[in-house]
Amino acid sequence: MDITVTVLDRKGVRHPLQAPTDMNMNMMELCRSYELPVEGTCGGMALCASCHLYVLSDHELPAPSDDELNMLDSAFFVQDNSRLGCQIKIVPELEGLEVELAPVGLVT
Amino acid sequence: MSSSTHDSNVLLPTATPPPSDATDAGQIDTDILIIGAGPVGLFAVFEAGLLKMRCHLVDVLPQVGGQLSEIYPKKPIYDIPGYPSVLAGDLVQNLMKQIEPFHPGFTLGERAEKLERLDDGRWQLSTERGSVLRAPVVFIAGGLGCFEPRKPPLANIERFEDRGVEYFVRNPELYRNKRVVIAGGGDSALDWSIFLADVADELTLVHRRTDFRGAPDSVEKVLELANAGRIKLITNAQVVGLHGTSVLQGVQIAQDNADAIDLDIDHFVPLFGLTPKLGPIAEWGLQIDKGAIEVNTFDYSTNVPGIFAVGDINTYPGKLKLILCGFHEATLACQSAFEFVFPGQKRSFKYTTVTGIEGISV
Repeated sequence: MDITVTVLDRKGVRHPLQAPTDMNMNMMELCRSYELPVEGTCGGMALCASCHLYVLSDHELPAPSDDELNMLDSAFFVQDNSRLGCQIKIVPELEGLEVELAPVGLVT
Repeated sequence: MSSSTHDSNVLLPTATPPPSDATDAGQIDTDILIIGAGPVGLFAVFEAGLLKMRCHLVDVLPQVGGQLSEIYPKKPIYDIPGYPSVLAGDLVQNLMKQIEPFHPGFTLGERAEKLERLDDGRWQLSTERGSVLRAPVVFIAGGLGCFEPRKPPLANIERFEDRGVEYFVRNPELYRNKRVVIAGGGDSALDWSIFLADVADELTLVHRRTDFRGAPDSVEKVLELANAGRIKLITNAQVVGLHGTSVLQGVQIAQDNADAIDLDIDHFVPLFGLTPKLGPIAEWGLQIDKGAIEVNTFDYSTNVPGIFAVGDINTYPGKLKLILCGFHEATLACQSAFEFVFPGQKRSFKYTTVTGIEGISV
């Protein structure tokens, strides 16, 4: 079964994406598979924060692990709704999820 | 420094990298120079050894095993052929045992910095600590790349690097009687704040949140020092600006619930852990696509003759970042490496079941 999630990129463009729920995918992998600008350098081990995103919709996500919190603690541009895309599993409950890619690079 | 309680303590810089086996600044000559001592780099030693090629490995981390040792030594891996489950740390130990007959050399705790071609066609690699290594063949088995400090996204920060901005505390004496701002909330920021509170004239710790994720005893100690007035603690705050003429003279600190503060300081030490970057490898003239080295799947050679890239650091159509794929890549790369190490000689393919393992003496 596929769900639809929406990713707002760093230029403000909205990308509605079809996401399979039966392939053990996460949001980082989904963004990469649609060639959105998400590096996912560490391969999904909550180790690099290059998939940092903001959750815009009010979906209830599983609480972040210690590893994820540790990584978010050393990332930049962190907000209360910050998460690592690699730690968000795509499951049917996320139908309609909206996220925004966090900035990379310098403060302007 | 107190030891970290984090699983991911790789992310914490250490003050003094451990010495390598090549600190005498002597030059090392070998057949294959392997950059990266993770599982794929280690297994390359075995396959090279079967073809009588000697190897020397260089790694920025102080021990072998790469991510397996540093990040997830206690995690089971389920897709190593023949092992229903093996702990990452055990796999590294087994690989070390497997390559023992071939006596590989190691330069650990040093970052591969510069790669040049010598007049005789060989490659010369220099590390940032001055080791010089030479070989006709280079294997880049660098995995995620080097772990480099995560730099705060401040526009002019690079201008002040080593002019008041340092990402590691290399020599605490640098801060004696100076005004220092440390930023971060992890073990490294806490431990250095505690240590430098005694050394610096003024020590300010800036953290984005109110709570700290570091080791509880370090957190307690920092709060004690803050209460005693020896550390100035500014929470819910971030350094947002740096100023100075030729050297750093001050920082601007934005606070969530108060006005911004301008502080006159001598040093700013942002300690936000390390993040994997391709690092100096990106400057070696190799074809790079999205942070990975493009290779030919015939033998995992790069666009530069004599340089091969194996494991997570390479890319090609159909690439999978799996240890088992890296083993295969290293095996095929060794076949072509033979042509560089023993030009014009015939290579014979033998099964280990037939000939066993003939070690290499050094």
